[in-house]
Amino acid sequence: MSNQAQTESSGFLGWIDERFPLTKVWKEHLSEYYAPKNFNFWYFMGSLALLVLVLQILTGIWLAMNYKPSATEAFASVEYIMRDVDWGWLLRYLHSTGASAFFILIYLHMFRGLLYGSYRKPRELLWIIGVIIYLAMMATAFFGYLLPWGQMSYWGAQVIVNLFSTVPVVGDDLSVWVRGDYVVSDVTLNRFFAFHFLVPFLLAGLVFIHIVALHKVGSNNPDGIEIKKGPKGNRWSDTAPADGIPFHPYYSVKDIAGVVGFLILFSAVVFFWPTFGGLFLEAPNFEPANPLKTPEHIAPVWYFTPFYAMLRAVPPMFNSQFPGVVVMFAAILVMFFLPWLDRSPVKSIRYKGTLSKVAIAVFAVSFLVLAWLGLEPATPTKTLLARIFTGLYFLFFLLMPIYSKMDKTKPVPERVTK
Amino acid sequence: MKKLILASVLLLAPAFGVASGGDVHLEDAGIALADKESLQRGAEYFVNRCMGCHSLKYMRYNRVGEDIGLDGVQVRQKLIFSDAKPGDLMVSAMPVQDSEKWFGTPVPDLTLVTRRRSSDWVYTYLKSFYLDASRPFGVNNVVFPNVGMPHVLADLQGSQKAVYEEEGEGHGHLKGLEMVQPGTMSAEEYDGMVRDLTNFLTYIGEPVKRERQRLGIYVLLFLGVLFVLAYALKKEYWKDVR
Repeated sequence: MSNQAQTESSGFLGWIDERFPLTKVWKEHLSEYYAPKNFNFWYFMGSLALLVLVLQILTGIWLAMNYKPSATEAFASVEYIMRDVDWGWLLRYLHSTGASAFFILIYLHMFRGLLYGSYRKPRELLWIIGVIIYLAMMATAFFGYLLPWGQMSYWGAQVIVNLFSTVPVVGDDLSVWVRGDYVVSDVTLNRFFAFHFLVPFLLAGLVFIHIVALHKVGSNNPDGIEIKKGPKGNRWSDTAPADGIPFHPYYSVKDIAGVVGFLILFSAVVFFWPTFGGLFLEAPNFEPANPLKTPEHIAPVWYFTPFYAMLRAVPPMFNSQFPGVVVMFAAILVMFFLPWLDRSPVKSIRYKGTLSKVAIAVFAVSFLVLAWLGLEPATPTKTLLARIFTGLYFLFFLLMPIYSKMDKTKPVPERVTK
Repeated sequence: MKKLILASVLLLAPAFGVASGGDVHLEDAGIALADKESLQRGAEYFVNRCMGCHSLKYMRYNRVGEDIGLDGVQVRQKLIFSDAKPGDLMVSAMPVQDSEKWFGTPVPDLTLVTRRRSSDWVYTYLKSFYLDASRPFGVNNVVFPNVGMPHVLADLQGSQKAVYEEEGEGHGHLKGLEMVQPGTMSAEEYDGMVRDLTNFLTYIGEPVKRERQRLGIYVLLFLGVLFVLAYALKKEYWKDVR
């Protein structure tokens, strides 16, 4: 309260500030929000993901103005957007590329959290909100993928919705309830469109909560040092952490450079490689959905394939695929417990020992191999590989309380390093 | 920082290898979307030879005319044989229900065939019909076994027969195709025609492709300049940070 006098502004801004804490919010969250000065490349992902979320919502709204969520018209309306709507092709490619870019950025963002222990106390809630955001993203992507009503859209949705029918006792009723029909149909398409429109706004709300939580606890950094606990005083403030710098202008200008760098890669895909070799837009999806013709090979979009590989890796038990479904969902739910699984005295991988480094490398490789396996048709060798890497994926989490405690750590410096 | 960018690019690398081919060797179609004369010939071949059965039902006549360099009069003369208007979608006169009765399968729309199958597939397919008495129309196809359509270009290409490698047990491995009855076109003429047709269908698959690549250059140039400025701005500000 002592510097209340300094923060009061006059004129129009003063008029606003008396009625809405505009200057206060600006200072607290931007110009006087102190972030660690040692952020590296990994710290671009969050702001870039936010950018892509906004891009997805905007392009999505404009696509929805021309799209028809009907089994007889959906496919044709997408081609109408591609051919007859002014700049429709650009909206559509931005949106389809944006979906994949969003997942790439979020996977890198989450991996950053793993590397530097950003899920550790006091950031447990921040991490949990993040995992909920990831779940909401997956739901949005799943609903959205049905909308073009191509063969892969249709059969992909069919496979995933059928997962609900594996639930013991209520399974069949449950899957009919989800679809609204006995097969994926016009009814399903309508409700998926409604959800695909709704969930992104919930997602935006969750992102807001994620940032509120972040600004409460402050950002972690590559050294895993709490700058708030370190010495105080820097050239901007006597009370701010010595290793902190104001988010604005330092990280805002840095993020602008990051945004432009990202847009270069993103535009290269949008303008020169929109199908990305059949990975962002799959060739079978250029054929309209045909409920009577099952494609020989059904694979989900690449960002779901690690979990799809796990689903296929688990053998049916008691004539039911349900165990596979449980494993698939467990692979995501286990992330919620991460803050309490890590018992290492240090946060960052920089000061962890060999055991932790090997574990995280094995985890990353497992995730990538599973992603590849999920795209491939199942063969005995590949199923075996999928089983091994599914096991390794889970061991990373389940053995963490043991290896993170046993591991020899290095001393953590007092202050952040360059 | 550079290492990390490289690492994230490498992270994507396995994805590039995944795009699958078929087990049949496909010939290079030699697509040239800038060759408007080829596209015009391809369009004429299509409306004369294919559109009796196959539609391009997501594409409009006048858009094709604009893109491949035909004016309104030429579009009416060269592409429209029905009472369709230039702004109409390119729908075949043959009802799909009838086609299902006649061919046992609905005749596919070809607007997106090159995106579904690839240009090389279409090119090779059109060259790979061979005589097979066991099929309803007396022909089969190497890249599309047991295809439901007759070889409608047989008068131009001629008839080919399959040559098998002897493997002793009677089941031979297909070695290649051999011309048994030449058509009215030479092999080069036929290849050229099929190339034009494939070129046209490739354009139809994504009519905006050339425009998007043209714009992409300017977008990347703009972003490149912007990046230099943004990076300079960042460096200037960060002089304060030690």
